[in-house]
Amino acid sequence: MSMRVWWLAFIGGLAALVLIAISIARMYAPPRAVPAETPVASAPVTPKETAHITATLFFGAPDGQSLAPVRRDVPLAETVVDQGRQILTAQLAETPPAPFVSVIPMGTTLRALYVTDKGDAFVDLSAEVVRAHPGGSLNELLTVYAIVNAVAANLPAVRRVQILVDGKEADTIAGHVDLRRPLTRNDSLVRETDEK
Amino acid sequence: MNLNLEREFIHCDAGARMRSCEAVQLRTLAVTILILAFVAGTGGQDLTQATPLTLVSREGRRPIPTTVQAGREVVALDDVASLFRVTVKEDTLAGGVTVSYRGRTIVASANRPMASVDGRVVSLPSPVIRAGNRWLVPIEFLSVALASIYDQRIELRRASRLVVVGDVRLPRVTTNIDFAGPPTRASIDVAPAAAVTVGTEPGRLIVRVDADALDFPSATGGGLVQLIRQGDQPNQIVVTLTDAAGIPRATVTTANNVAHVAIEVPAAATSESKATPNEPRPPDAEPRAPEPVPPVSIVATRNWQTIVIDPGHGGDDVGVRGPKGIEEKQLTLDIARRLRAMIENRLGLRVIMTREDDRALGLDERAAVANNGKANLLISLHVNGSRVPEQSGAEIFHLQLDRESAQVVRVATAEGASLPALGGGVRRLDLIPWDLAQARHLDESSVLASVLQEELQRQVPMSGHPVRQAPMRLLAAANMPAALVEVAYLTNPQQEARLKTDDFKITVAQAVFSAIVRFRAWSEESQTP
Repeated sequence: MSMRVWWLAFIGGLAALVLIAISIARMYAPPRAVPAETPVASAPVTPKETAHITATLFFGAPDGQSLAPVRRDVPLAETVVDQGRQILTAQLAETPPAPFVSVIPMGTTLRALYVTDKGDAFVDLSAEVVRAHPGGSLNELLTVYAIVNAVAANLPAVRRVQILVDGKEADTIAGHVDLRRPLTRNDSLVRETDEK
Repeated sequence: MNLNLEREFIHCDAGARMRSCEAVQLRTLAVTILILAFVAGTGGQDLTQATPLTLVSREGRRPIPTTVQAGREVVALDDVASLFRVTVKEDTLAGGVTVSYRGRTIVASANRPMASVDGRVVSLPSPVIRAGNRWLVPIEFLSVALASIYDQRIELRRASRLVVVGDVRLPRVTTNIDFAGPPTRASIDVAPAAAVTVGTEPGRLIVRVDADALDFPSATGGGLVQLIRQGDQPNQIVVTLTDAAGIPRATVTTANNVAHVAIEVPAAATSESKATPNEPRPPDAEPRAPEPVPPVSIVATRNWQTIVIDPGHGGDDVGVRGPKGIEEKQLTLDIARRLRAMIENRLGLRVIMTREDDRALGLDERAAVANNGKANLLISLHVNGSRVPEQSGAEIFHLQLDRESAQVVRVATAEGASLPALGGGVRRLDLIPWDLAQARHLDESSVLASVLQEELQRQVPMSGHPVRQAPMRLLAAANMPAALVEVAYLTNPQQEARLKTDDFKITVAQAVFSAIVRFRAWSEESQTP
């Protein structure tokens, strides 16, 4: 019991100090988005110049009947809103790999994103989301919840998501799904599918 | 033979006295019947069909006398005048006749197979005839011309020799002795399906159909069933049993829009006395007899008035477009029109369409049409689209309220508001937001969705996930049971090809119609205390 014990005590103390320092820093720093429920295993911890988080994006399942969650690296951002923007940009832009199908109308871009203190996010999409939507109840349901889930599942600070189109509140995207109220995430439409 | 007939008619028209004319007509009738019997090969039935037409309305049944002229059945306008309360005036100068009803007029001229209805010319299958002092028109005049100026529906059912006036529910009844037995098995089919109740009386069964009258062509009998005939009430069928019959059992099932009553009559138990028929259920007379006479949907009230059909999309909003360019908005309107005709003709209910033509219409306006029309049901018709071309099959959506909205509704229902009412007392108000009106009907709509699923899957392919609950915009604001039906995938090339066919559209309309009939029976039953 001598050197070894001292060593252990020293390391323990150091660890405690670091933890305290981190938590103090967090209290003063602006809140930062932490991805929710994303499996850590798939994200190799390789220090790069730009840090990444692993976010869950939602593509159309191969059978077109549900949403498939897919993990993707997304640049880490400082604030909730910035992180949300990164995630949505990836969700809107990415062309899904082979078996999956896109549920986002071609050319849809993110115009703006707001998050209220109450945890409501407002996702303002460009008019293409309506103009280029092919229609159909299920199709529309998948488009809406790919976006809602991408925001609500990855940002713990967001509880509900309302989609705006071209800066304005919209009734629907294609005439079926109610967009007048913020929507909570929908897991019943999500089905795990093997990727690749 | 035809030449002969014509000659006789010329003679008859030439102003012969009615009696001799009638004799000619009787002969003609007999000859015609013989020809018909020869052609149809059904003998006896045609004899009964040569009887007068029967007018069926809410007021009851009345005969419409007809005669046969040159192989065409005609009806006298003076009879039409008294039966339909229309005014018939002869215009001797013009050689024509006018029939008017509430300011609207039909003008017809002698020997011309047409009439002018409110200025519009309609053709008739045979000429209008002036015979003696009577004007005779082909029976089709009733449904083609008179119906256009009349304020009620007039439908001519040639096969069953009926003229249906107004919103009369008149299902067709077919009876059959399937097996003489004993036990004797008989069946009664009611189409389109209506709620049927079966009651037992000593020596007979009384089958009551939820309809205004029955289209009951012929009576049958055999085995232990003496006779199945139309009852004293217009919506009643009486099954009379022979003395050797035991206690009958009846089951009612509905499939493909036909209510099927299966009756099984065993022979009377020999050890028991003949007095059993007076006792509806002796304890051990019939060991394999079931419990009570099986459950039947009972509909006494007629509280359903209106159904709203919403043909999805329209105008600039074409909905889904198929690979061959077919647009959802056209299909929904087409199917909706067919469905409307079925409901109006067979159920006699009022149908409101949210749009009658190709026009754009907001979802709020559609919901408002249903709510203002105080509809008992809203069906929104759509055709689906997918990015996966292989995806196919029908899907039904009913409303899912999110947690927040559900909470709003709960609070509103629990708290409500009480207002002083005229004449004392208080009136309770539920302050449910108008655009969440569906909250009151979530359970019923869920039943509606299941019934739609069951009826559709009998007739058309279903998707892998046929019933879904989702925050559908139109359904949320509907203050009545409501569902949205996506009848098929227009993005699937095979389904697009099928969607083009009348056959598919009729099948879909038929399936939705069957679901409406079943849902109505369920709904009215569950509301009856």
